[in-house]
Amino acid sequence: MVIGLGHYLTVAAVLFTLGVFGIFINRKNVIVILMSIELILLAVNINMVAFSTHLNDIVGQVFAMLILTVAAAEAAIGLAILVVFFRNRGSIAVEDVNMMRG
Amino acid sequence: MRLELSMTVTAAFFYLFATITIASGFMVIASRNPVQSVLFLILAFVNAAGLFLLMGAEFLAMILVIVYVGAVAVLFLFVVMMLDVDFAALRQGFLQYLPIGGLIGLILLLELILVVGTYTIDPGLVRSPAVPIPSADVMTNTEAIGQVLYTRYFYFFQAAGLILLVAMIGAIVLTLRERVGVRRQDISKQNARTQETAVEVRKVPFRQGI
Repeated sequence: MVIGLGHYLTVAAVLFTLGVFGIFINRKNVIVILMSIELILLAVNINMVAFSTHLNDIVGQVFAMLILTVAAAEAAIGLAILVVFFRNRGSIAVEDVNMMRG
Repeated sequence: MRLELSMTVTAAFFYLFATITIASGFMVIASRNPVQSVLFLILAFVNAAGLFLLMGAEFLAMILVIVYVGAVAVLFLFVVMMLDVDFAALRQGFLQYLPIGGLIGLILLLELILVVGTYTIDPGLVRSPAVPIPSADVMTNTEAIGQVLYTRYFYFFQAAGLILLVAMIGAIVLTLRERVGVRRQDISKQNARTQETAVEVRKVPFRQGI
C-alpha cells in the first residue's frame, strides 16, 4: 500500500470540486463563498506540494508559500469589503450587490 | 518488515488526514451556521497540514497552521461574529442552486479525476529538477526553502511582502470611517483658543436681559 502522487492529487481534486460546489450552492452568503475560495486555494497548495516532493524539486514549495501569502491578503481584503458592504446595506446577500446596476 | 510497517502507518495516516480534510471541507459548505463553517475550515486546514507533513514539507505544514488557523480563520470568526446577519434567511434558495451546482461540480470532478488517472510525467522532468530537495540529514526543509527563497526567488519574496502591505493598507482604508456627530478631542483646536474667543463679556442692562 504505497501512497503515491495520485492519492494526493485525488484529495486535492475533491477539495477543489467542493470549493467550486460551495460557491454555487451558497449564492447568498458571501462569507461561505470566501471560505470556499480558501478551500480552492488549499487544494492548489496540496497539488503544488505533492508535485514538489514527487519531482524532488523545492521550487514548488516556495511557490506554495507565495500562494499562501496571496490567499491571506485576499481573505483580508475580501472580509474588509464585506464589512463595508454590510455597513452600507445591512445584508451580505450576493443578490443585493446591485448598486452599480450591472 | 520494518519498512513495510512504516509504509502501512503512513498509508493509515494518509487516509485519516485525507478523509477528515474532505469531510470537513464538505461541512464548510454544507453547515447551517457560518460559525460552524469556520470551525470546520480550521479542521480542514489542520488536517491538510498533516498531509503536508506526510509529504515531507514540514515548513509549509507549520506555516499553514500558523497563518491559516492563527490568522485567517480567526479573522473569519471575528467577521462572522461581528456582523449581525440573519443566517436562516441566507439559507433560502439553497435547494434552488443545488441541481446546477451539483451538475457543474460533478463534471469538474470527473474531468479532474480523468486528468489525475491518465497523466504521465516526463521522465526528463524527474531527472532534472530546478532546485533538488536536499536529503533530510543534510539540511532541514526550512533551511532548504530559505536557501532558495532568499537568493533565487528574492524578488518574488519582496513582491509577496508588497502584496501583504497593499492588503493591509487596503483593509484599513476600506474599513476606516469618519463618524459625524461624535465628540472627539481636537488638541490643536483646544490650543488655538484664546481668552477673547472663549469668553464673551457683556454688560447686561438692568431688567432687560441679553
